[in-house]
Amino acid sequence: MTGPGRKGIRFSRLYSFSCFKSSFRDEHGQIGQKGYSRVVYCNDPDNPEQLVLRYRSNYVSTTKYNAFNFIPKSLFEQFRRVANIYFLVVACVSFSPLAPYTASSILAPLIVVIGATMGKEAVEDWRRRKQDIEANNRKVQAYDRNHNFQDTRWKKLRVGDLVKVYKDEYFPADLLLLSSSYEDGICYVETTNLDGETNLKVKHALDVTSSLQEENSFQHFKAIIKCEDPNEDLYTFVGTLYYDGQQYPLSLQQLLVRDSKLRNTEYVYGVVVFTGHETKVMQNATDPPSKRSKIERKMDKIIYLLFSMLILVSFVGSFFFGITTKNDIVDGKLKRWYLRPDRTTVFYDPKRSALAAFFHFLTGLMLYGYLIPISLYVSIEIVKVLQSIFINQDQDMYYEEMDKPAHARTSNLNEELGQVDTLLSDKTGTLTCNSMDFVKCSIAGVAYGRGMTEVERALAKRKGDASDFGITSSDIQMSGDDSVPSGNQLKPFLRSIKKLVKSHMKLSHLMKLRLSFLQGNLALNSLKTQTSISLHELDHMSGRKIDRSYTLLHILEFSSARKRMSVIVKNDENQLLLLCKGADSVMFERLSEDVPDFVSTTMDHIKRYAEAGLRTLVAAYRELSEEEFKSWEEEFLEAQTSVSADRDALVDAAADKIERDLILLGATAVEDKLQKGVPECIDKLANAGIKVWVITGDKMETAINIGLQVQALQIKSKKEKHQLSSSEGSSVSFGLIIDGKSLSFALSKNLENSFLDLAINCASVICCRSTPKQKALVTRLVKKGTGRTTLAIGDGANDVGMLQEADIGVGISGVEGMQAAMSSDFAIAQFRFLERLLLVHGHWCYRRIALMICYFFYKNIAFGFTLFWFETHASFSGQPAYNDWYMSFYNVFFTSLPVIALGVFDQDVSARLCLKYPMLYLEGVHDILFSWPRILGWMLNGILSSMIIFFFTTSSVIHQAFRQDGQVLDFEVLGVMMYTCVVWTVNCQMAISINYFTWIQHFFIWGSIAFWYAFLVMYGAISPIISTTAYQVLVEACAPSPFYWLATLLIVVSTLLPYFMYRAFQTEFNPMIHDIIQRRRLESSEEEEASVELFFQHKEKIASVKEKLREQETLLSK
Amino acid sequence: MLMDFWKVTDINHGMILITLICTSVIHIPKLMKAPIFIYYQLDNYYQNHRRYVKSRSDRQLLHGLKHHDLSSCAPEDFNHGLPVVPCGLIAWSLFNDTYSFFRGIDEMKVNRKNIAWKSDRDHKFDKQVYPFNFQNGTLSGGAHLDPKIPLSDQEDLIVWMRTSALPTFRKLYGRIEEDLDADDIITVKLLNNYNTYSFTGSKKLVLSTSSWLGGHNNFLGMACISVGVSFIFVAFVFMLIHVKNPRPYGDTTNLSWNWKPMSG
Repeated sequence: MTGPGRKGIRFSRLYSFSCFKSSFRDEHGQIGQKGYSRVVYCNDPDNPEQLVLRYRSNYVSTTKYNAFNFIPKSLFEQFRRVANIYFLVVACVSFSPLAPYTASSILAPLIVVIGATMGKEAVEDWRRRKQDIEANNRKVQAYDRNHNFQDTRWKKLRVGDLVKVYKDEYFPADLLLLSSSYEDGICYVETTNLDGETNLKVKHALDVTSSLQEENSFQHFKAIIKCEDPNEDLYTFVGTLYYDGQQYPLSLQQLLVRDSKLRNTEYVYGVVVFTGHETKVMQNATDPPSKRSKIERKMDKIIYLLFSMLILVSFVGSFFFGITTKNDIVDGKLKRWYLRPDRTTVFYDPKRSALAAFFHFLTGLMLYGYLIPISLYVSIEIVKVLQSIFINQDQDMYYEEMDKPAHARTSNLNEELGQVDTLLSDKTGTLTCNSMDFVKCSIAGVAYGRGMTEVERALAKRKGDASDFGITSSDIQMSGDDSVPSGNQLKPFLRSIKKLVKSHMKLSHLMKLRLSFLQGNLALNSLKTQTSISLHELDHMSGRKIDRSYTLLHILEFSSARKRMSVIVKNDENQLLLLCKGADSVMFERLSEDVPDFVSTTMDHIKRYAEAGLRTLVAAYRELSEEEFKSWEEEFLEAQTSVSADRDALVDAAADKIERDLILLGATAVEDKLQKGVPECIDKLANAGIKVWVITGDKMETAINIGLQVQALQIKSKKEKHQLSSSEGSSVSFGLIIDGKSLSFALSKNLENSFLDLAINCASVICCRSTPKQKALVTRLVKKGTGRTTLAIGDGANDVGMLQEADIGVGISGVEGMQAAMSSDFAIAQFRFLERLLLVHGHWCYRRIALMICYFFYKNIAFGFTLFWFETHASFSGQPAYNDWYMSFYNVFFTSLPVIALGVFDQDVSARLCLKYPMLYLEGVHDILFSWPRILGWMLNGILSSMIIFFFTTSSVIHQAFRQDGQVLDFEVLGVMMYTCVVWTVNCQMAISINYFTWIQHFFIWGSIAFWYAFLVMYGAISPIISTTAYQVLVEACAPSPFYWLATLLIVVSTLLPYFMYRAFQTEFNPMIHDIIQRRRLESSEEEEASVELFFQHKEKIASVKEKLREQETLLSK
Repeated sequence: MLMDFWKVTDINHGMILITLICTSVIHIPKLMKAPIFIYYQLDNYYQNHRRYVKSRSDRQLLHGLKHHDLSSCAPEDFNHGLPVVPCGLIAWSLFNDTYSFFRGIDEMKVNRKNIAWKSDRDHKFDKQVYPFNFQNGTLSGGAHLDPKIPLSDQEDLIVWMRTSALPTFRKLYGRIEEDLDADDIITVKLLNNYNTYSFTGSKKLVLSTSSWLGGHNNFLGMACISVGVSFIFVAFVFMLIHVKNPRPYGDTTNLSWNWKPMSG
């Protein structure tokens, strides 16, 4: 590997790879090739060959911007919006003589709006930066040239450095575990930050390195690691360690991933393999796909509509302007001589009227730019952030037991929550608690456990059975040993059966300690973390209680593809046992030919358990002969230590070889209780017109029963099991139940449409036995096929695809870890909070945003068109009716705050009534409040308002004096009068449109109007050079004139009347749902209302107190 | 409250100024209490045209010859290489008809002071700025100004330069500060200088009193009455509909989840 000079080094490196490849073609074939080319010189980061590779430092930056690129980059982000580009172009052109008003008055609002958004970005980025700085400057002990472990900042670490990490410290980079404080080189790692799992994971160092426990033993430690390139997969690692002339395969077992934590181990030594952005966790840190709500997409269309309106209006203006300009000189005679058309610039030149008209068109685009609301985007962003705060702070969505509030992870989709049409729900952990209670089992064909499950109770209730519910599910009645039939071939194994059952019971306690990551069954789990287990059990032969110990030899891990897991143990008598548990579908295939006669009984039991809504697992065992085990072990180890991409497949194949010819022991059934309030919640959601689909990996029977229990399926609905030809159009509401295999056919290209047709005609759909991929595919099918809003809710890593595919993904931050919650848009702690999230927050946010956008367009049209009407009276010359600064402050000061208050606070009915009348939600599902007729209606209202304001103002006052001293209305006063009417009208329109008044609304609405007057006084007091037409205009001209005030009053009232009349008609004769409910609330006496509300609050409190007491009792009794 | 309104015959003339003196007789139908405001009214005259509105220099009106940047005033910014004070099209096209009023044979006193806004006189037109080089170009637009009177005292100019909002407008000419009795005959002698012929405009002379609400004004009252009447009518229609088809209010029982949306 050494060569003279730099070139030599490179060539030798290449050469060494080819050598390596030839000798390890079979197993290490991938190493050194593309994707597996990383080389780490352990404890030798200054090695020239290491330096040549130039791996990145451990400095981490998660910020979007830095000090240099912040301004250009964030500006670029801002101007990706069409509307902002338009305003930027306008601002640039405004420096030319084309502009109807001064450049600064155009620039100011643009700067305010862009500045506000950039400020928001900067604050967010600064927070990220502070976190980065903190992380980069954490200290870790690294091995330096003086052969000491010295405190080093994280960011200074280099690939190949040796580090020592102490207990409860985070790993600074991806490390290769060399040794730990334990002699056998194991350590425990907590990965909560990565996957949310709270259980500890064991990592093993290689045997050759685990002896390096002394600091000075590293003095001569030199090794080379060749491994895969940085990638984002947290669950793979392939590499080879070259140490002392030997090669050792490396796997995930030796990798300590950055951001996980060392637990229960004094210290570990490791070598830095991946640094900084090349670590697994950083590679994983990609932004979730950004979703946009339907309303926002529709809003873009409205903006385009407004743009076309703008172009049309400008075109009309320039057309007439061209004609009048051309007529200023006819046959060499000046017509409007006072404009001096004979000595003019190109903009007014009658001889070049076409060109003048074109330039005027550009002027018009700027002048009528007020049709496009400049502050719309920033206002919506502010409003949504505030709405998210409300969601996050909602006491009623706070889960006390786990101290988890609801969390809106994105604020883009608040209003989409009010439009959900289809709810796709995972079952386990979402509808249920995901806490498994062992309730029943079947051992050798005999069923134990008489408890009634919730599902059974619910079913009995439906049937009208008044059976007693005295026995709770936790009362497992273990019948005496005598009752177990002692069939001949069973005898030797009965012990182990009992042991399994008992240890299972034991484990249900252990489970709570979260030592295992599976749902946990049998002894296998307790064996996982220790190498042996001893059990206190009853010896059947002697009838005495004895202790037995079993030594763990191998674990064949669980995977969703295998659907089973096994352990191989050795007992005191040197007997080799393979104990296996798994899903019935895979287990029955693997039973040996000579089946015991209770197989069919067990199957029966399993079916019964499934119908009772229990999760079943089949347990089986097999005795291994020494030789068989030996030969298999070799193969298995080879597979395990192989360093290639298909390692998992190899291991699975090896495991498959030994997990056969099993002898059935029995089955266990665990109950996964429904979460509190799930049936009620689903019932409410169904009443709100939301279709509920349950997509689960469970067995069909379990799924159906859970479906019945949660009332997703009505008992009446005829079961129609994956028959794709259905009789549609009957009055019976159908439920569709389809399993994974049928689903894979139904999702094929040519069938998916007919499947969808069938499914959406069913009242509810249950997909069982579906894989994570199918979950996502079904979601996509519903989303694309119906075009309606879909919401997916799930809690596990297998739901991530579904959550990201759906329009809204809601993650349950529950027991199965945080992965679903991390990739969701909203995270809640319990399924029942969904009711409040959708019916209350969703409905409100939808209403607010819909009204807010409509109102935004209304106010800008009402204002923009007054300019146009004025143009018609100013020969379309492009002269704005108002002072420049009145106009530029319109969107920023006089009308912006009330509309934000509307977006944040408005509510049509109280939260309690939202929940009481779930049909209110239909307004969102059918998108009534943001339908085109409604949007256009608001726009029409805007045009009408502008007409009334302009024509009433001009007709009422024109010609005559408007004051006692005989002064007539001039350009300055007309502008102020019209503007006053506009400000009053749009703010009063707001006041009559909203349903909910607090002092904030009052303050903003009346404050905006008051601010207009205050602004006029202040602006009018500035030197006339600056204030021009606004100089003293209120104080001197308008305010002393009673006519000004009277006209304002009358015009504003007349402007508001059409809308008022429409609303009166509509609430009287064609009321919307919220109108009816509001009316009802008004009519019922207010005291009653208050008492009901109080009652509800108290009831909830009392219930929670009761629950706590009960919990304490149970704790005490234990 | 009373407003009298006489139309003066339109006088057409070309750009070459030919002063025409004419007289007109006004019959006062009702008692008019002082002060009686005299307005001239122009039709189809776009004082709100963008080119026209911008063609002035507020700084020059305050600082006179000390202010040199007259770009906004083109083409009435310089004459014979010397700046024009006041510059721009507005000043250049200053209205120059004059009126004198006779009751019987006595000329009535017309007060032409304090017809402009006080803030304009005090703060927009400076006392130290005198007209300079005004109307000295090849084409003379309107009235000439006495170069010995400072701009702040040229009230006709100040009134004229407060541009109008709409193409039909009145501007204050002066006040008659004595009562006019019913059946009084007033003779008006006017110098018809101003050209409105070329753009088919018209000129009118108006005598009017004013009340606390300003001049006589029908529109606002009419508009309010008609709006009110129409809404009473609508209310009546609503009532009829309701009597015919009564509907229970606040009836939530009819709300059902499979409700279909209505349009709108």
